[in-house]
Amino acid sequence: METAQTIASDGFVIEAADREAILHERDHYEQPQAACIEALKIVQRRHGWVPDGAIAVIADLLGISPASVEGVATFYSLIFRQPVGRHVILVCDSSSCFLTDYEALRDAFTDKLGIGFGQTTSDGRFTLLPVCCLGACDRGPAVMIDDDTFGPVHPDDLDTLLEGYA
Amino acid sequence: MTDALSRLRYRCQLRQDADERREETHPLTWRLHDDGTPVFLKEYEDKDGYAAVRHTLNEQTGAQVIDAMKTANVRGRGGAGFSAGVKWSLTLQGDGMPRGYIVCNADEMEPGTFKDRLLMEQTPHLLIEGMILAAYANNARYGYIFLRGEYIEAANHITRALKEARDAGWLGADIAGSGFDFDIALHTGAGRYICGEETALINSLEGQRANPRAKPPFPGQSGAWGKPTVVNNVETLCNVPAVLRHGAEWYQGLSGQLSNDGGTKLYGVSGRAKRTGLWELPIGTSGTELLDRAGGIRDGEQLKAWLPGGGSTGFLLPEHLELPLDFDSIGKAGSRMGTGLLTVVTDQQSIVSLMRNLEAFFARESCGWCTPCRDGLPWTVKILQALERGEGEQGDIEMLDKLATDLGPGRTFCAHAPGAAMPLSSALQYFRDEFERGVRHETGPAHADPIPVGEV
Repeated sequence: METAQTIASDGFVIEAADREAILHERDHYEQPQAACIEALKIVQRRHGWVPDGAIAVIADLLGISPASVEGVATFYSLIFRQPVGRHVILVCDSSSCFLTDYEALRDAFTDKLGIGFGQTTSDGRFTLLPVCCLGACDRGPAVMIDDDTFGPVHPDDLDTLLEGYA
Repeated sequence: MTDALSRLRYRCQLRQDADERREETHPLTWRLHDDGTPVFLKEYEDKDGYAAVRHTLNEQTGAQVIDAMKTANVRGRGGAGFSAGVKWSLTLQGDGMPRGYIVCNADEMEPGTFKDRLLMEQTPHLLIEGMILAAYANNARYGYIFLRGEYIEAANHITRALKEARDAGWLGADIAGSGFDFDIALHTGAGRYICGEETALINSLEGQRANPRAKPPFPGQSGAWGKPTVVNNVETLCNVPAVLRHGAEWYQGLSGQLSNDGGTKLYGVSGRAKRTGLWELPIGTSGTELLDRAGGIRDGEQLKAWLPGGGSTGFLLPEHLELPLDFDSIGKAGSRMGTGLLTVVTDQQSIVSLMRNLEAFFARESCGWCTPCRDGLPWTVKILQALERGEGEQGDIEMLDKLATDLGPGRTFCAHAPGAAMPLSSALQYFRDEFERGVRHETGPAHADPIPVGEV
């Protein structure tokens, strides 16, 4: 594996620290394929998303096919295969939040940010996504921004909430 | 984080004071603090923590542990309600059989469910102790906690607790001088509800797409990397230490005459109740008592229906609140107890709209592996959207009936589509008039294409 490539054909270069982290993860499991999701997350932590070239590099590091890595990358909702904003807003749209006025909150987000689900603000600050039940049902409607979970969030709280994420 | 922002932060809440929670009656939560700060190793050990591991690994055989779990009748708290002891008795072990895995299903994503979060954030060592005991009973060599990626605080607290346990000798080689070796790694997910299905979870753990696997073979025969694998929910595993510390009879006695099921249940209430949250109560406590503890329904609203344990359980009516909340009683009423966290629906809510929301969730979260689920769920959403707009046509409701049957048990690879069918069939049964009000056309603009294409 020492000869594993670090540069993809499209010029993507993996950071040495990320390469080491992926190889470290690879040795945690019975088979290298198991490190695939974690490898994608390592790349995503660095770049905010998983660029095309990273797929080939991860495949090479783990000794599995690029198709397999891409199949995994496109399956999981928290792996992003397109660039996202500096902050990702996940709005819970499951039943308990739906019962506690999720739709008003969703509309407030789309009005305030001028984008719909799956879109990124033109200044590259926020990406808005729906997410399945955040497990914060006793305090719905719930929202997650980056690593922080909030709830209940009312439309009036949006300025306070968004100001926290430059 | 500013103060204003910090006030909006979510904190999970147990709605019982420390004086109510005692070791003799609250095996899951008696160690917790009223302010929600976590219990780490020193305090956990001071409060009898790991005593069950020390005793069991040195004094009992794995077979005795399995017998105790069967007698205690700990039924799977992830929602299926299968006896944990029976599940463990089916794990292959012995001559020529490799030592396999204990996998903790911590992928809590069932709509309306927020109980495992509390246990992992506030008492991570209880889970670790339960996993060690489960590993001993099943002769497992290694454990994985499969945690959903969004549970950041739980991940931090589990990571710290694993290190503490390892440093103190509760994980690793020769645990408590017993000669038994076992260790645990934390695996965090990357989204998708289907990862909570136990065979899909194993595929995800192996770094694959989370499609379910055919059963048999069951994971206990051939699971992760082809080895015997036991998958248990967080709350199930958290019950194990108390069963082995105080005995199966004691555990059975916790629920007394309320239920044949043993122990307590971490119940919860969400939706349109006044005082939503979590309570640890004897299993078999009635819905009435639980809703009383939640302060009743919000002012000016009337209880219309409730889901007993997540989005994949069937609706029940106000009169069903008298029933004991246990697996058999709720099952007999035509629903499932599921995770035991009530979702409260009032007269302010259209059932057709709520069903549309639920089915849109299941449609989005389908892994797409088998046809009834992949195509049937978006079709269901399309019909519900039409009915919601008053653009339904003759035959739509009958088609929903048919879909609810065709997506039911036995027609699909896993329980995802049957989980989506159960609330739908109960909604059609109890609130048919609401669906009928959405039918306005003989044939019309919302004609539901049998093969839907694209986003729903």
